Amino acid sequence: MNIVIVGHVDHGKSTLVGRLLADTGSLPEGKLQQVRDECQRTAKPFEYAFLLDALKDEQSQGITIDTARVFFKSKKREYILIDAPGHIEFLKNMVSGAARAEAALLVIDAEEGIQENSRRHGYLLSMLGIRQVAVCVNKMDRVGYKQEVFDRIQKEYRVFLKEIDLEPRAFIPLSALEGENLITPSKKLPWYRGPAVLEMLDSFEKSPDISARPFRMPVQGIYKFTEDEDTRRIVAGRVESGSLSVGDSVVFLPSGKRSQIKTIEAFSAPKRTSVTAGHSTGVTLTEQVYVNRGDVMCRVKEPLPGVSSLLRVKLFWMGKRPMVLDRPYKLKVAAAQVSVRLKKIERVIDASELKPAAKKEIGRHDVAQCVLQAASAVAFDLMHDLEATGRFVIVDEVDIAGGGIILEMIEDGHDALRRQVTEREQKWDFSVVEPEERTKRYGHRPAFVLLTGKVGVDKKTIAKELEKRLFGLHGAATYFLGMGNLLRGLNTDVEQHRLERHEHVRRMGEVAHLFLDAGLIVVATGSNINDAELSELHEMTSREGMVVVNVGPNGFKSAVVDLNLDPVAGTEKNVRNILQLLKDRKILRDA
Amino acid sequence: MTHLEKIESQSVYILREAHHHFRNLAMLWSIGKDSTVMLWLARKAFFGHVPFPLVHIDTDFKIPEMIRYRDKLALDWKLNMITGRNEQALQEGRTFPAGKLTRVECCKTLKTDALVNTLSGKWPRYRMDHATGKYVPDTNKEPYTGVIVGARADEEGSRSKERYFSPRDKESNWEVGDQPPELWNQFKTDFAPGTHIRVHPLLDWTELDIWEYIEKEKIPVVPLYFDQGKGERYRSLGCYPCTFPVKSTAKNVKEIIEELKTGKFRNIAERSGRAQDKEDGGGLETLRREGYM
Ligand SMILES: Nc1nc2c(ncn2[C@@H]2O[C@H](COP(=O)(O)OP(=O)(O)O)[C@@H](O)[C@H]2O)c(=O)[nH]1
Repeated sequence: MNIVIVGHVDHGKSTLVGRLLADTGSLPEGKLQQVRDECQRTAKPFEYAFLLDALKDEQSQGITIDTARVFFKSKKREYILIDAPGHIEFLKNMVSGAARAEAALLVIDAEEGIQENSRRHGYLLSMLGIRQVAVCVNKMDRVGYKQEVFDRIQKEYRVFLKEIDLEPRAFIPLSALEGENLITPSKKLPWYRGPAVLEMLDSFEKSPDISARPFRMPVQGIYKFTEDEDTRRIVAGRVESGSLSVGDSVVFLPSGKRSQIKTIEAFSAPKRTSVTAGHSTGVTLTEQVYVNRGDVMCRVKEPLPGVSSLLRVKLFWMGKRPMVLDRPYKLKVAAAQVSVRLKKIERVIDASELKPAAKKEIGRHDVAQCVLQAASAVAFDLMHDLEATGRFVIVDEVDIAGGGIILEMIEDGHDALRRQVTEREQKWDFSVVEPEERTKRYGHRPAFVLLTGKVGVDKKTIAKELEKRLFGLHGAATYFLGMGNLLRGLNTDVEQHRLERHEHVRRMGEVAHLFLDAGLIVVATGSNINDAELSELHEMTSREGMVVVNVGPNGFKSAVVDLNLDPVAGTEKNVRNILQLLKDRKILRDA
Repeated sequence: MTHLEKIESQSVYILREAHHHFRNLAMLWSIGKDSTVMLWLARKAFFGHVPFPLVHIDTDFKIPEMIRYRDKLALDWKLNMITGRNEQALQEGRTFPAGKLTRVECCKTLKTDALVNTLSGKWPRYRMDHATGKYVPDTNKEPYTGVIVGARADEEGSRSKERYFSPRDKESNWEVGDQPPELWNQFKTDFAPGTHIRVHPLLDWTELDIWEYIEKEKIPVVPLYFDQGKGERYRSLGCYPCTFPVKSTAKNVKEIIEELKTGKFRNIAERSGRAQDKEDGGGLETLRREGYM
């Protein structure tokens, strides 16, 4: 069982962990003595923290900078203790540690009382979905093991926990340093009736079985390995909840494609006809449908996830720079990844005070409720229904900068178009050449690069130069799709009138979709494209491959732009920026 | 789910994420039990296939049985096998066995330097030609931007601070103090040009898990791990001048598991048979920072 230890810096987490290891005989032989000797040699007082701080630079700084994992055993079971750093600078490390845990010990210094990070960590535990929390009131030796001190802290902290909707399992008074109330009840705490720390740990429950919940398998990849005449086309992923059997009808969301399970595949394992939550697996389908990585495979007869590009969420921010309204980010939900932007901040909770504040951006260590606008639809659950598909992270450039939980789906009004696209995909007559094979041959993934901007801003020069570079330098299979060519060819039956604009955009999207299916990087320009048209194009070309580059003033209200270019910067620089974006998106090779 | 099923599933998940996110991906295979389990997990993840090359750094001082075993599995399992080495140092005899370097310096020269330069493509790589079983110069010189490594958290203190996906800068350095957050199985898969990512699918495994999985899956391992009748066996494999067998009569996987659970090794660190670890206090930590596995 994974247990995380959190709390304000210096409140005694490392001492608690070190002492637990020592007193249960879980340390390697001679280790404790070795550290004690080392301390004596350097004339430093011995600290249990040194035992854990195996890293040199940590010892010199004297604070736990990262989550350390240690293994230990009680009579009942095995534990992995995750010692999370209490220092505010290392909040992202605390989060990394806590996110893996099934239960938590939150340490509060009896003498110092509740501090900023005692609250902050409590808040994060509740957001991370950790429901089993015991509060350890440590250093009771410093306050003469007095019940009044313990009671006061308990009372005050309970009020706070109630506000954030967290019901602790217990409050435990102890002295980690003296080993009181750690393994066995303490004689120095005659007034305390509850469990000692070890007893508390043993009473935490394993996470509930999620095999009985609706089936979700986020698709990690579609594998077709041709070596050894292997003809299987395997949809691979991990079952996050529910269970699946051969013969089940399944639907992939958000694309809406349907099929049936033909086989459940495994290497060097007995044949199986069903699979349950937790297992990494792979299936073949009776009817070939083209599935994207990131789609969520669901069982048709069960409650399905929500599908929308608008989400109400609660998130915490760890990025060095704040999260702002007009910068594009990446949203990752399970295996899906889409461009996203912050549409609206509804409430920011200042982390140090944990009080709501009116803010125009989400700062480092803030918690906020907000609305996210994704470039195209994602499939997701609400956090309180299903955890694995109900939470997400936000990537700012190359770094994971935020994490959060999904509170609510907001209708985005694209349902009709989505159904239409699903129908098209369902009946699509697929090539025998697999998309993966095209990617291998061309050395890049397909993409639809759309340059947008106001009329009069020169987009075409950049687009054509981009095509030239892609074709020449990168040896890409690429094509500049001229809107004028469409107007005078494919679209001669449609009037060139404002009312018909929608039809022109639709045809452009469908043509781009054909090129994507052929594995190309298609480059096009479009003037005065509005928010609605852009999201339609996204839906029609079905996600991953569309890249929106805006040149000049950005006229979009809420749509996600992947890159903003200034025409003044010059074609050379602008093209280079687009090429870098294509690399970041893993469309072009990363070397 | 059993414990082994859980950690297997997590490792498979990590390998599949790595495969999706890195086009220039390689797995380090030291021939030891851990990275062999990792290789097996790759076959699990990709249904019998291994869709990336395996890189082995040849110090020239590996126990010969290890090389024979490596090449046999590479042929049997149709692996894309790549090797690299510090040719110059070997030619000039700049090694510990030749008396010119300390053990730690030798590790740095033959392992770290060779590894860093093989991964970056600066030094020649050799690829196994499956038609002949011989190694030929590899034409691919692109740097590997994702490198899968078989580190376990229980091995030693410093590794327990690792992430599943851990970035390394241009010089292969490891920024211990400033690691990216990792939550809910969302990993750091984007990286700045010139940097690369180390992927650690075995982080949650213990030595005992490794052996129990080998037993369960019947994974072939180098016979050096077993007592061949002399009352000794290797617990950890490396170069012959610096790795010594431990006293043990465990003749098969079952007996090793028994020994780990109940016997004398219960509380003794696994690398105790590795001489270079003892040479200076933070030797291994320094090596890691500089890019050693
Ligand atoms: N008196 C007393 N001191 C303690 C106790 N627990 C920890 N300490 C001391 O408090 C300081 C900080 O403890 P440490 O475990 O490093 O805190 P961390 O930052 O939360 O990991 C150290 O000097 C410890 O020796 C306790 O129960 N009683």
